[in-house]
Amino acid sequence: MKRILVCTKRVIDFNVRVRVKPDGSGVITDGVKMSLNPFDEIALEEALRIRERGGAEEVVAVTIGPADCQQQLRTALAMGADRAIHVVHDGGIEPLTAARVFMKLIGKEQPFLVLLGKQAIDDDNNQTGQMLAALWERPQATFASKVELTETTARVTREVDAGLETLEVDLPAVVTTDLRLNEPRYVKLPDIMKAKKKPLESLPFAELGVTAAARVKVVRTEPPAQRQKGIMVKDTQELVAALRKRGVI
Amino acid sequence: MSRILIVAEHDGAKLNASTAKCVSCARSVPDAEITILVLASDGAAVAAEASRLAGVKTVLRIDRPENGHALAAILAPQVAALAAPFTHVFGPSTTFGKDLMPRVAALLDAPQLSDIMAAESATRFRRPTYAGNAIVTVEVDAGVKIVATVRTASFEAAGADGTAAVETASADVALPTHTRFAGVSAASTDRPDLQSAARVISGGRALGSADNFKLIYGLAAKLGAAVGASRAAVDAGFAPSDMQVGQTGKIIAPELYIAIGISGAIQHLTGIKDARTIVAINKDGEAPIFEVADIGLVGDLFSIVPELEKLLTA
Ligand SMILES: Cc1cc2nc3c(=O)[nH]c(=O)nc-3n(C[C@H](O)[C@H](O)[C@H](O)COP(=O)(O)OP(=O)(O)OC[C@H]3O[C@@H](n4cnc5c(N)ncnc54)[C@H](O)[C@@H]3O)c2cc1C
Repeated sequence: MKRILVCTKRVIDFNVRVRVKPDGSGVITDGVKMSLNPFDEIALEEALRIRERGGAEEVVAVTIGPADCQQQLRTALAMGADRAIHVVHDGGIEPLTAARVFMKLIGKEQPFLVLLGKQAIDDDNNQTGQMLAALWERPQATFASKVELTETTARVTREVDAGLETLEVDLPAVVTTDLRLNEPRYVKLPDIMKAKKKPLESLPFAELGVTAAARVKVVRTEPPAQRQKGIMVKDTQELVAALRKRGVI
Repeated sequence: MSRILIVAEHDGAKLNASTAKCVSCARSVPDAEITILVLASDGAAVAAEASRLAGVKTVLRIDRPENGHALAAILAPQVAALAAPFTHVFGPSTTFGKDLMPRVAALLDAPQLSDIMAAESATRFRRPTYAGNAIVTVEVDAGVKIVATVRTASFEAAGADGTAAVETASADVALPTHTRFAGVSAASTDRPDLQSAARVISGGRALGSADNFKLIYGLAAKLGAAVGASRAAVDAGFAPSDMQVGQTGKIIAPELYIAIGISGAIQHLTGIKDARTIVAINKDGEAPIFEVADIGLVGDLFSIVPELEKLLTA
């Protein structure tokens, strides 16, 4: 079966103003809206479009995390994923461990394409897809804004600092998505109902035979330094004067 | 002692400014000995430039025809092959480094720290999370090799008065052929580079069209400034993607940043927090951009920008 694996993460919704706990032990998550990482939504949308064009037969959405993550997998199923796999794990894991878990799932599912968001907007690490490609010894095409497939290759346009770069990679491959790849569809109510009947498999983390490397400890979380309050000017002449006074023009 | 290997970013002819910032970051690690690795098809000029960066002890140069384009799948095995004697492997947090370094880390079975903004010791670093809304201090277990990308906006470029030795190195590794460069379309421009410019002027959704966006270019030309854009402006096609400033675009630290018709979403602000002076021009006095602006002007950009241009000409 021609299969695409889409790796996803549950994160604090991008519209939430994230606040640091007063004791510096992390950020406030109680009562905070959680969502599918926006970049992963784009990855899933791309997988669905490929399937709808006949380029794949099955889209499998996967995630690693605590029980609550099933909400986001249900969203993925409602968007159109055929089935979902939840690797159950409490607490955070390092990107390399996540990549090792996804590697196990690749072994089981044998996808020809793995799609992930380029970064999760919580830790902003931007690592997992590249690490997965290294472990798999397969190509990586990161920060994709366009993906064109043939039977054996993917032509991927990437958003890089210099402009747009195009790579040709042999399949199977890992592609990580940037914002302009597509606009994810809205989930409709009937789809949410249908998603309840789609298969969602739970796998305990311990059963995968991956050791969770925990070599990086967060010792402190702080809010960023605040900028000093600025001034308001009333017109362009005052603006130019203020810029001259600060010596910036 | 820390032995730090920095992977140089370059275009085959010149070193990217991000490398000199990685050197400054490495120099802030106590008791560090710094090596720069230049992977190129012909790295002579780049290695010579790298050898002049202050504080660098050695420049290693690997010339291979496959290194003509910076492909992570090609470069990573070479970096990993040379990494054994080093305690840290750094690269810039540019699209080059973001693409490459995690692949290196996985090959080394090492953790990566992304976007480090300060070194508190050889094992303790600070980095931003949640679009810069939470800064974490992380400690890596002793004896674990550390791969990191350096948030370039947090460091000044190292000086150019160094005298490092250049050595030819070789990495005896097979390189894959599964990844091929097929082209790049760079918006060729004679404007200053967004990531290193001292002045940046950005336009947002309010510009309304690519044609109106020329207002921003005009003002930028007057000030010798680079041009940036919000995601909304890029998504709408007013400006190319390489101009996007923010969490998922470029993180910049110019002396002067002027945001025109940009609301100031957190994802945008995270890209400009280190600017020395932020100016906001927006018709909505309540726009969040004014919370971070040093100088704010409420009004219609379509009258303000031409006026400003005239005043700067006079
Ligand atoms: C995962 C994720 C990542 C993102 N990454 C980025 C990123 O890297 N960079 C980024 O910029 N955004 C990013 N965004 C998008 C961000 O949330 C905002 O949507 C975006 O920054 C808004 O752009 P804007 O300020 O141009 O548009 P708007 O928010 O629409 O603001 C337009 C502003 O123009 C003002 N205006 C309108 N007309 C005039 C006029 N005539 N004169 C003066 N002012 C006027 C309005 O008052 C308004 O404040 C990201 C979002 C997500 C979900």
